[in-house]
Amino acid sequence: MTDQTQNPSAAVTGEATRRQATRNRGLFGLNKKDTSLLIIVAILTMLAPFLLNPFPEGSSLAQFNAGYPDLMQRFVIFGIFAIGFNILFGLTGYLSFGHAAFLGVGSYAAIWMMKLLTLNVIPAIIMSIIFAGIFALAVGFISLRRSGIYFSILTLAFAQMSYALAYSVLTPITGGETGLQIKSTDSPLLSNLQPGEIGRANLFGLDMRSSYELEVGNWLFTFNAGYYIAAVVMLLAFYMSIRIFRSPFGMMLRAIKSNQQRLNYTGLNAKPYTLAAFVISGMYAGLAGGLMVAMDTQVGPERMFWTASGEVVLMAILGGVGTLIGPVLGAGMIKYMENIISKINDNVLHQWFAFMPDGIEDFMVFIIHPFIGKGWHLTLGIVFMLVVIFLPGGLVEGGQRIARLFRRDRKGGGVEPDAADQRKTPAE
Amino acid sequence: MGILEVKGVNKRFGGLQALGHVNLSVTENTVHAIIGPNGAGKSTLLNCLVGKLIPDTGSVMFDGQSVLGRKPHEINQMGISRVFQTPEIFGDLTVLENMMIPCFAKRDGSFRMHAFEQFANEKELIDKAMHMLEDVNMADKRYMHSASMSRGDKRRLEMAMCLVQEPKLLLLDEPTAGMARADTNNTIDLLKEINDKRDITMCIIEHDMHVVFSLAERITVLAQGTPLVEDTPDNIKGNPKVQEAYLGESAH
Repeated sequence: MTDQTQNPSAAVTGEATRRQATRNRGLFGLNKKDTSLLIIVAILTMLAPFLLNPFPEGSSLAQFNAGYPDLMQRFVIFGIFAIGFNILFGLTGYLSFGHAAFLGVGSYAAIWMMKLLTLNVIPAIIMSIIFAGIFALAVGFISLRRSGIYFSILTLAFAQMSYALAYSVLTPITGGETGLQIKSTDSPLLSNLQPGEIGRANLFGLDMRSSYELEVGNWLFTFNAGYYIAAVVMLLAFYMSIRIFRSPFGMMLRAIKSNQQRLNYTGLNAKPYTLAAFVISGMYAGLAGGLMVAMDTQVGPERMFWTASGEVVLMAILGGVGTLIGPVLGAGMIKYMENIISKINDNVLHQWFAFMPDGIEDFMVFIIHPFIGKGWHLTLGIVFMLVVIFLPGGLVEGGQRIARLFRRDRKGGGVEPDAADQRKTPAE
Repeated sequence: MGILEVKGVNKRFGGLQALGHVNLSVTENTVHAIIGPNGAGKSTLLNCLVGKLIPDTGSVMFDGQSVLGRKPHEINQMGISRVFQTPEIFGDLTVLENMMIPCFAKRDGSFRMHAFEQFANEKELIDKAMHMLEDVNMADKRYMHSASMSRGDKRRLEMAMCLVQEPKLLLLDEPTAGMARADTNNTIDLLKEINDKRDITMCIIEHDMHVVFSLAERITVLAQGTPLVEDTPDNIKGNPKVQEAYLGESAH
């Protein structure tokens, strides 16, 4: 037991801590590790058209190429969705089973903005964030009266209600089963379309669908305007999520997950904190919904169906709950499997195993058949089980284990702090 | 007039009268102990003070204001901190982060949206937290994952978290329950030291007579939900009513 006078080291330690804190500061108000993570993610997303197209056109492996605009857009958009979901689930531990509702509300808001005001995507995206935020405030206000499984069920109920409303009752607004598209009869206020011309989403005149194609030898790389806009938005969203994770607010959210009783008896009201986290993650979902419309100008109610809510939960868990980059990896993984594995069919398998004797070839195709094409869910299920059982920290933990194999010195530290350690990061 | 005035508090759970007309007055800057045999209503009384339970009748005034009907976080903001029977800390957070949370609560109130602020700009609070950690000899453990600490350290941390808020009243719910003798003595030393160093009002609920007589300046004895007697430790020791309450059954 010592006090200040007996222990002069107190001031010294404080000073050292402070100096260390300043030294570790990188760019944009992030520490060095987070800055390098952000830069690496930025480089990867910008080079995605190359990285995701490693196989030459026409080769038998070309079907594993994911570098086409539609899929790359989905990677980043669902990445945003999962990042937002992780702010709620990863930090506070509140498992929302109705996040697709916010995605849907954002989408409807965006398409109406395009139908009525302008085909520019910026107002549409802003509107989708605002509407999803307001809706999340209402849903969160009611659902957060309960915690644990009851909270999850309440959010699920709200999402299914929204789906049912969009599907039937609100048909004049949502277009019901057929959904909404931009039609030749739509003429937004701030656009000069010819009569009968179908409007296209654009950013100050830059068409979302315009692409530049680069042919190098047998390789074809596509640089799509829509993808790059979505990617920049994703990087912004990712940056904001790092800031939230590292802020005092983020610490409060982790405290809620850790011990809500202690928080209450420490003079803090958990409700507004969780509600704020809920609204923020709802706004992320709305942003993702708005971007979807910006890329592909149509919406249907199935976007709000409960399977879509479940998918984002899988993304977060697969990638690594509570880690920064995990949800993005999870989203990428699931969307890749959905789009690539589902395209493999028996003919492709026969080609692969053509070198084998006929009987064995047929046998191999027979064995693998349930896991491909429409059976991709089975593959996803198995991967998910393996990850949850062997890598509770998700793909991020897998990456760290591999990195550790290559690097004896654990203290040297990768870019992403250990999934398990991440919760222990010091206050500064 | 004490800082905490409990008047005529009754609390019933179904057919059980947990508290019957409890009066209690805690004077500022004293250590007041509430003792009593199992089931005497000590914890019920404490829960009525912190907003976990609402008494059926009676009043609880703290610092001139009623605490009845207020939520736990509001009562804490009035200046009452509570130490739990088993240490309640934020197990997923580091020791320093555990300390930062009460610092923020003290400065910013029960809610503040600081989503885009940075710890680097909170040097004053970090220093405050560090000084408190120095005071309880835990500064070197500041980056430790708090769930992995020993129980004694958790207790120490919880006390530090309460003290850094500079509460007007510190409530302790059996702070040594289930501890080994050595740990109990350490806790007594810690509490004594806290009491010597700052003028703090403490209200201890305790089962262990050793702890009570080493710390308390006033003692209230509770039996079957009603205060039996309130006096100084020396007088309590010799009081036959107290001995009867404690040894009642075996004395017959």
